[in-house]
Amino acid sequence: MRPFSYARASTEQGAFAILAQTAHGAYLAGGTNLIDLIKLNVAQPDGVVDINALPLAAIETTPAGELRIGALARMSDTADHPAVRSAAPGVAQALELSASAQLRNMASIGGNVLQRTRCVYFRDTSQPCNKRRPGSGCSAIGGDDRKMAILGANDLCIAVHPSDFAVAMLLVDATIHLRGPAGERAAPFLGFHRLPDDPSRDTNIQPGELITALSFVPSPLTRNSAYIKVRDRASYEFALVSAAVALDVTGGTIRDARVGLGGVAYAPWRARAAEAVLIGNPPSRDLFTAAAEAELRAAVPQRLNRFKIRMAKNAMIRALTMVGAPA
Amino acid sequence: MGLTAPAAVEAQTPPALVGPAPVDVKLQVNGRTFPLKIEPRVTLLDALRERLGLTGSKKGCDQGQCGACTVLVDGRRVNACLTLAIATAGKAVTTVEGLARGGRLHTVQQAFIDNDAFQCGYCTPGQICSAVGLIAEGRARSDAQIRESMSGNICRCGAYTNIVKAVNAAARA
Repeated sequence: MRPFSYARASTEQGAFAILAQTAHGAYLAGGTNLIDLIKLNVAQPDGVVDINALPLAAIETTPAGELRIGALARMSDTADHPAVRSAAPGVAQALELSASAQLRNMASIGGNVLQRTRCVYFRDTSQPCNKRRPGSGCSAIGGDDRKMAILGANDLCIAVHPSDFAVAMLLVDATIHLRGPAGERAAPFLGFHRLPDDPSRDTNIQPGELITALSFVPSPLTRNSAYIKVRDRASYEFALVSAAVALDVTGGTIRDARVGLGGVAYAPWRARAAEAVLIGNPPSRDLFTAAAEAELRAAVPQRLNRFKIRMAKNAMIRALTMVGAPA
Repeated sequence: MGLTAPAAVEAQTPPALVGPAPVDVKLQVNGRTFPLKIEPRVTLLDALRERLGLTGSKKGCDQGQCGACTVLVDGRRVNACLTLAIATAGKAVTTVEGLARGGRLHTVQQAFIDNDAFQCGYCTPGQICSAVGLIAEGRARSDAQIRESMSGNICRCGAYTNIVKAVNAAARA
């Protein structure tokens, strides 16, 4: 671990100003990913700006009916919040299935969507890695690739995005709110995470920017959502495969659908091919199977993770069955 | 939302960047205030063990993967290995050493003894702090819920069966 300086910001403007005094500083929220990466020398900030005193932890329903989750809300508090549980059960389930109780008490929602991959080569500074050291190569390709991506990867990087919550937030058409030295902006959460054209950049966050909140409008679709996770052990483990689904079934027909996949893709994965198969049809086991087949047709397995294709299909079918109530 | 925190102490707010050389930090641990001079990079776990001599909290993995370092910060269980000591200034830290009252073991400590909930004992302080947090969160409603909610504490001896019994007993004491 390299030495670094520290400051506790009491205002957002103060946080921007202090970060600007550093050469390559970092904001500290829950710290569960940042401190870990600093210990591994994967992250080497010269200054850490503690933002935990900023008033960004509220979870509230706005007058416009939007559910707004402050970026400093902790995973545990977000999962337990009645408004989150009723507005999007799949989001609460994704949080409950993440990490451990201790880590959920610490980790913030903003930090969750910014967390780095757990690819073993990214975390090992003795190994080439295009995400950690651009241009050095990808050690996972041809290496221990069992946990790597089968969707959205390229020959620069086959790492998997580790977040469950980010996958579930694809169900609700979330908006991400950011503020930085240049002002504030809001953007669709879908598209916040990048594909590996430049693996060193996981997201479209700009230098100095803070995530202030994630928001969405609850709907019949988001209220009928679910998240399931398949992993090497029953708890406290990242997904081999996860499926997030939301269906609006009215009059025996799927009016709208959102499907996300985790553990299999370079970024939180919106399964648009599956959604296209589902929408406009009556729910059935055959339809769910066809949707899963359609999405995984694009999968490119590595040597040791072909099993993820079938596992992802089965997870998606099971999750759809949970919310689809097919005859 | 969340748990009731013990009375928070006035934060020692640094107005600007301090360090990386050692800086003055006041930690409140087990009801006492300890003035320390530490680098900002020092974790809460290292401050507890190496500076305050509170070696109950254990360094297992030092990566947030084993739970041996679990302590309570403002009443919530966290991994001390992933917490900067300086960031806990102004918060109330409770370690396994601070659970007993007036010479009497905490209910959870006594339940671990009564139910033979450990073998080597290395993970036990973390298990106990985690269980105290779990019970305060109201997550001891069933064996399944206890198992899930204690999954952040690994026991290489495999004492899980009796750990669940102990947590159950303490929650109902």
